[in-house]
Amino acid sequence: MASIFQGVGAATALSSSTSFDTKKFHLSSRRSFSVRRASFFVVRSDGAKMDSGLNRIGGRADQLVTNAVATKADTPAASTASKPGHELLLFEALREGLEEEMERDAHVCVVGEDVGHYGGSYKVTKGLADKYGDLRVLDTPIAENSFTGMGIGAAMCGLRPIIEGMNMGFLLLAFNQISNNCGMLHYTSGGQFKIPVVIRGPGGVGRQLGAEHSQRLESYFQSIPGIQMVACSTPYNAKGLMKAAIRSDNPVILFEHVLLYNLKERIPDEEYVLNLEEAEMVRPGEHVTILTYSRMRYHVMQAAKTLVNKGYDPEVIDIRSLKPFDLYTIGNSIKKTHRVLIVEECMRTGGIGASLTAAITENFHDYLDAPIVCLSSQDVPTPYAGTLEEWTVVQPPQIVAAVEQLCR
Amino acid sequence: MAFSGSKIIQQPLPLHTTIRSPDNPLLSDPFTAAPFLGSTRTLRLTHSISASQRRSASPIVAVSDVFKEKKLKSNTDLLLTKEEGLQVYEDMILGRAFEDMCAQMYYRGKMFGFVHLYNGQEAVSSGFIKLLKKEDSVVSTYRDHVHALSKGVPARAVMSELFGKKTGCCRGQGGSMHMFSAEHNVLGGFAFIGEGIPVATGAAFASKYRREVLKEADCDHVTLAFFGDGTCNNGQFFECLNMAALWKLPIIFVVENNLWAIGMSHLRSTSDPEIWKKGPAFGMPGVHVDGMDVLKVREVAKEAIGRARRGEGPTLVECETYRFRGHSLADPDELRDPAEKARYAARDPITALKKYLIESKLVNEAELKAIEKKIDELVEDAVEFADESPAPSRSQLLENVFADPRGFGIGPDGSYRCEDPKFTQGTAQV
Repeated sequence: MASIFQGVGAATALSSSTSFDTKKFHLSSRRSFSVRRASFFVVRSDGAKMDSGLNRIGGRADQLVTNAVATKADTPAASTASKPGHELLLFEALREGLEEEMERDAHVCVVGEDVGHYGGSYKVTKGLADKYGDLRVLDTPIAENSFTGMGIGAAMCGLRPIIEGMNMGFLLLAFNQISNNCGMLHYTSGGQFKIPVVIRGPGGVGRQLGAEHSQRLESYFQSIPGIQMVACSTPYNAKGLMKAAIRSDNPVILFEHVLLYNLKERIPDEEYVLNLEEAEMVRPGEHVTILTYSRMRYHVMQAAKTLVNKGYDPEVIDIRSLKPFDLYTIGNSIKKTHRVLIVEECMRTGGIGASLTAAITENFHDYLDAPIVCLSSQDVPTPYAGTLEEWTVVQPPQIVAAVEQLCR
Repeated sequence: MAFSGSKIIQQPLPLHTTIRSPDNPLLSDPFTAAPFLGSTRTLRLTHSISASQRRSASPIVAVSDVFKEKKLKSNTDLLLTKEEGLQVYEDMILGRAFEDMCAQMYYRGKMFGFVHLYNGQEAVSSGFIKLLKKEDSVVSTYRDHVHALSKGVPARAVMSELFGKKTGCCRGQGGSMHMFSAEHNVLGGFAFIGEGIPVATGAAFASKYRREVLKEADCDHVTLAFFGDGTCNNGQFFECLNMAALWKLPIIFVVENNLWAIGMSHLRSTSDPEIWKKGPAFGMPGVHVDGMDVLKVREVAKEAIGRARRGEGPTLVECETYRFRGHSLADPDELRDPAEKARYAARDPITALKKYLIESKLVNEAELKAIEKKIDELVEDAVEFADESPAPSRSQLLENVFADPRGFGIGPDGSYRCEDPKFTQGTAQV
């Protein structure tokens, strides 16, 4: 308990400049996590246990919305019409966040291939060029290294560009600019120039897209100093992270996933911004800490259903912030459960899981009752054939087996 | 200052015209020593063509022909005023003296790593940068000391940076290859060739954005991107030529063709060594100029900068120049022919300008000597300042990694890493 209060102290110190009512966000007396930083409102995952064993995708959103909307104290369960907030798909949530920020600050612009007239290859920027013009939503030629560098130069001169990689894999061509200029210029210039860019795009293993369109660049970028990396997984956190990334003065890489764009969720009508550095509690539990992010969250939750039926109580945390890790949320969980399972889509070698394993071992070794288990994709170029592709990524039965093994 | 050469170029030529100058080929023999300041080296201004857009265009005359014309017309028609002459001369002397001092300091163990000196190329830096406003931006490569000095970064700040002291323009964190100045709009200083060109393109884009989206109507800031002959075979160069021409960005691509990329001769690495030709291929004018002649560079620069300011788009300027020293202070410089070096040494841009200024009776010897003395003192002072400045303390280690230090994340104890008191001491665990 002491550590939580320490966190509260730190949070209030940090959030002294913002105005929000802490009373509104006192979610559960038992395990309320402090609200660390708020703009309009920031909602941290609440610690209250879900009484139903089934935790459907986005189910947490109901509880969230109830707390978020001050006026409606009790929402009738059945009628969707009277539910607060609005329903949308993940790519629409990204667009909503982007549009709100473009409206708010004229320095925010979008740069990328087919972002303008085409509306974005995954429709994230649909309609924005019509509204804001061809210069603010810039269709670039196919020159990733150069237009990423162009975005960086523009950022140094006061603009706030969002650079879209049509597929994250294409940003391999921009590695020079991302590593040398994006990450390092603030430092090598002695703090004179800031690079408030957001680099975003879809990555991850899709449906038989082939090896080159199925890459997980978070593992390649993670060593670059000076950048932050976040991965969104629900419409709610997609919008919140998009807005936070745009507002941040640091260069942020926002990883989206090709298969998650059509997820539907009800999100609040009010404006909200999430915290870039925080992890998200998806399902509190007692027996094992499962750390995951992006699409694997859904494989984990699917496995969780099975696990709950078998009598296990997994705690699922979507780490969201891939660099830096939220060691507070993660640590608190480990101190409770003493067992860690990491489920990621990166390859075994040098992935986010590898770094997370190292960070946990370094910081929380004493709290572990078992070695950390990390489930990652095979160190294999993603095959085209559906069967082979399925075997390269982690599937729910493997997660169930791993938990059973861990909790023996 | 009305210069009829510029006027001809300025006439509203459609972007795509058929004119090619009929004169002798440009780089027939880059090694013949030619007299400068009124020399017969031709300048070529070409535009790319689209057959469907052929219109009657005014004839383009090579700038040097007009040079000749002017000289014939009147001896009192000078290419620059006394004030400008002294300003340019002082800038070039500063560049030369500073770089010579760098060499000395390096061999005395005051600076380390890779140091690339600009001796011999001063005409390009002074010719271009002295025409800029403070709000205009300059982007350079690792051979950036003199670009920074020409743009107005104090010699003290540059020397301290080279010594790795906290009073350096980048707090000692950048070094020789990363000179930055937010105040003077020097956007770097880049170690990998080519990687600065997109940054320059971005700065030009920001200028256009300010004008057209943010409606800052008077924003006509231009960006100069300096880079070498080796860079002109790099993808980023071509990608940015395309984007700059496509969006008519206010940028000038200045190629400092000193014929050598470390030990690789330009002729051995480039299928078509005439770099200026590559501009029209992308839809912008390509100009070749004698980079050892500051007055010629200045004339071309004026035209190109004017074009950019008026929103007419980018220009590619190839300056034929030469570095008197090796690629860096670590380069033994054994591959270049001594005869070639001698030829270019005879075309020293500083000597040439001095000759012009005196012969045209703009200044006298004493004034120039005074400048040289002033610069010597300035450079000595810079060294003294750098010597006496403190090295960065440990507290500086973590400070500028992020603009928002919360980027280091949340530690196990729940507070942000940057809130850890050890953070400002530079010893925090991040």
